[in-house]
Amino acid sequence: MASIDYPLNHPVAHEKEFSFSEWLFSWITTVDHKRLGILYIGSALAFFLIAGVMAAAMRLQLAVPDSHLIAPDTFNRLFTMHGTTMVFFFGMPIVAGMSNFLVPIMVGARDMAFPRLNAFGFWIFLFGGILLYSSYVIGDGLSGAGSAPDVGWFAYAPLTERAFSRGASTDFWTLGILVAGLGSLASAVNVIATCISLRCPGMTLIRMPLFVWLMFVDAFIIIMAIPPLTACQAMLLMDRYLGSHFFDTQAGGSAILWQHFFWIFGHPEVYILVFPAFATVSEIIPVFSRKPIFGRAAMVGATIGIGFISFGVWAHHMFSAGMTSVSNTFFAASSMIIAVPTGVKIFNWTATMYGGRLRLATPMLFCLAFLFQFLIAGLTGVMLAMTPYDWQVTDTYFVVAHFHFVLVGGIAFAVMGGIYYWFPKVFGKMLSEKLGKLHFWLFVVGFNLTFVPMHWLGFWGMPRRTYTYAPGRGWEGLNMMATIGAGIQALSVLVFVWNIVHSLRSGAEAGDDPWDAWTLEWTTSSPPPEYNFEKIPVVRSSRPLWDLKHPQDPDWKYE
Amino acid sequence: MASITTHLPTSADKIQREWKLPDKGTVGILSLIATESALFTIVVVAYIYYIGKNLNGPYPKDVLEYPILASICLFSSSGTIIMAERALHKLEMGRFKLWWGITILLGLEFIGATAKEWYDLITKDHLTVATNMFGTTFYTLVGLHASHVIFGLFFLILVFLLTLKGFPIHTQMRRVLFLSWYWHFVDAVWVVVFTVVYIIGK
Repeated sequence: MASIDYPLNHPVAHEKEFSFSEWLFSWITTVDHKRLGILYIGSALAFFLIAGVMAAAMRLQLAVPDSHLIAPDTFNRLFTMHGTTMVFFFGMPIVAGMSNFLVPIMVGARDMAFPRLNAFGFWIFLFGGILLYSSYVIGDGLSGAGSAPDVGWFAYAPLTERAFSRGASTDFWTLGILVAGLGSLASAVNVIATCISLRCPGMTLIRMPLFVWLMFVDAFIIIMAIPPLTACQAMLLMDRYLGSHFFDTQAGGSAILWQHFFWIFGHPEVYILVFPAFATVSEIIPVFSRKPIFGRAAMVGATIGIGFISFGVWAHHMFSAGMTSVSNTFFAASSMIIAVPTGVKIFNWTATMYGGRLRLATPMLFCLAFLFQFLIAGLTGVMLAMTPYDWQVTDTYFVVAHFHFVLVGGIAFAVMGGIYYWFPKVFGKMLSEKLGKLHFWLFVVGFNLTFVPMHWLGFWGMPRRTYTYAPGRGWEGLNMMATIGAGIQALSVLVFVWNIVHSLRSGAEAGDDPWDAWTLEWTTSSPPPEYNFEKIPVVRSSRPLWDLKHPQDPDWKYE
Repeated sequence: MASITTHLPTSADKIQREWKLPDKGTVGILSLIATESALFTIVVVAYIYYIGKNLNGPYPKDVLEYPILASICLFSSSGTIIMAERALHKLEMGRFKLWWGITILLGLEFIGATAKEWYDLITKDHLTVATNMFGTTFYTLVGLHASHVIFGLFFLILVFLLTLKGFPIHTQMRRVLFLSWYWHFVDAVWVVVFTVVYIIGK
């Protein structure tokens, strides 16, 4: 399939006039990787807004002590749904969506390896999300009033057993995630096969853009990490409906096995979620520093290293569960070791900027903030890896601060930077720089105002997942600060949404290559035609577009 | 070797001509097998974790019998499916149908033996998934494997029926190959399940 020449005047589908039903039908039945990518990211952003509103509600409740704005059981449902949605229905579809849209174009292919499997993956993910949210209506069974799951995003068994979690809400959680996990597997298998089998001529593995490398390794982590989750969800369902005893301590079952199985999935999951952020930053920083990435091979090595080590650190989530000191020591050490390849990455991004000609456009601003905030997240991560320290702050707001620095300060920032960077390619319109900078500064201020104080709240003993607190413990000021910060974040997200809507309607035309970048996606038109490339490109280096622009000084001379 | 020629790019034609990548179907089926292995690993770990944690009987040493015949059948079906494939490569359709049919019969014998074993355990020994930890983990692990055998059998029978109907199955050589890999995988898992359930766990 190497070089089929399409006629140059091939009719482009989106130029045709469609009636609404035809348009809808074409989106529902599409197997085009770009459209599926847009669908993934669109639904991810929708879930992001829903879960964001939940977060805002919780912050409002916690703004003042002894607040009765939200009832305790509603609060439990809010933090459960917020966490579950952000991890499984925002983070995961962002992984799938970004790799769907970009991986085939970046490796010079016309589609993913298995387009129909790809469409299956998207729809089953979406139905998983709808299933989870339908619990609000029918969670108590058809006769009841309905309620959402309230067991926390990691739903520790035996608290999820029938005896402690009545009604059907926990089953909505279990099945929704199980089903969405199948979607993640489908898209991961697709990414692996695309990276191995559909690279354009000349694109050896080491010449693949770092974005593709990260998504490639990410897909391997997904196919090895999702099955443990699927298995323990199945065990939970069996316990609840067939009377088996996996997590039933009355019959010899274990109270701790769920924690092990969940975190064997759960910790690699953190890396699954953060890899799209690493991938985005690895593309944006070189382009906006006008320098090739520093230490390409080291970056690839670090990526693979993180992939392997991520499977050996899970029990650092369980130091307080009472393991042996041997396990505690092992998992403390392995968790600190994983900071090494991550540190390599931070150093390489910094070194890429060193001596570069920096362009501080919106995508780059987000990446700079990512570097600072992710560094802090990594440092608190190393603190938490030390067992005795973890015993002090476990289940406090320090942990909440740590993982929000990873997930918001790291991932959300990088992903938003990525959206500013690739939006012109996806829709052919630039996002407004002015609104973008407003969005960025509001988000930086709001984010730090919310989550920096939480470190201190944790030191001072404020437990996570409590719906309110008594006055006079010194928590009032910082909580109010966090709530104000959440308001500013909400405002910035509104600016972001307005920017997208506004730019889609009347943004500046982007052209093929608005950022003067070097990877293959910028060689095709914006938005790319259905077949991506009229002629499958042939590449000789890791920056094929640089070679094309600089025939007198191409990269392949030095690689 | 720093001659000027090393700085010239190879021609695009040459790169294109020499460009060979693995088949995407191969990568896909190997990924599927990898992810299935992870699934089985967790269930096997759960089985091992709960060995000897029963609060009440029946215990494995009292009720489990070695499924010798069934295991021999399943393992030899890996051999017969290879014979069937060889016949298909030589386009000897008669021999293909014969070996493929034997593979299906061996698989059916295995599933039949499992069904018999479960029937006896449930009716005679009163061991169900709710009885004790042994019942819980035994039916989960053996059942997970058996469901994979049934899934494989479904496709084996599908291929067999298509062939009997005269479908040119030799045009689908790759897919037959992938099916046989899946079948080998299911057999290999049985080695682990057999060892864990009937040797270590007994």
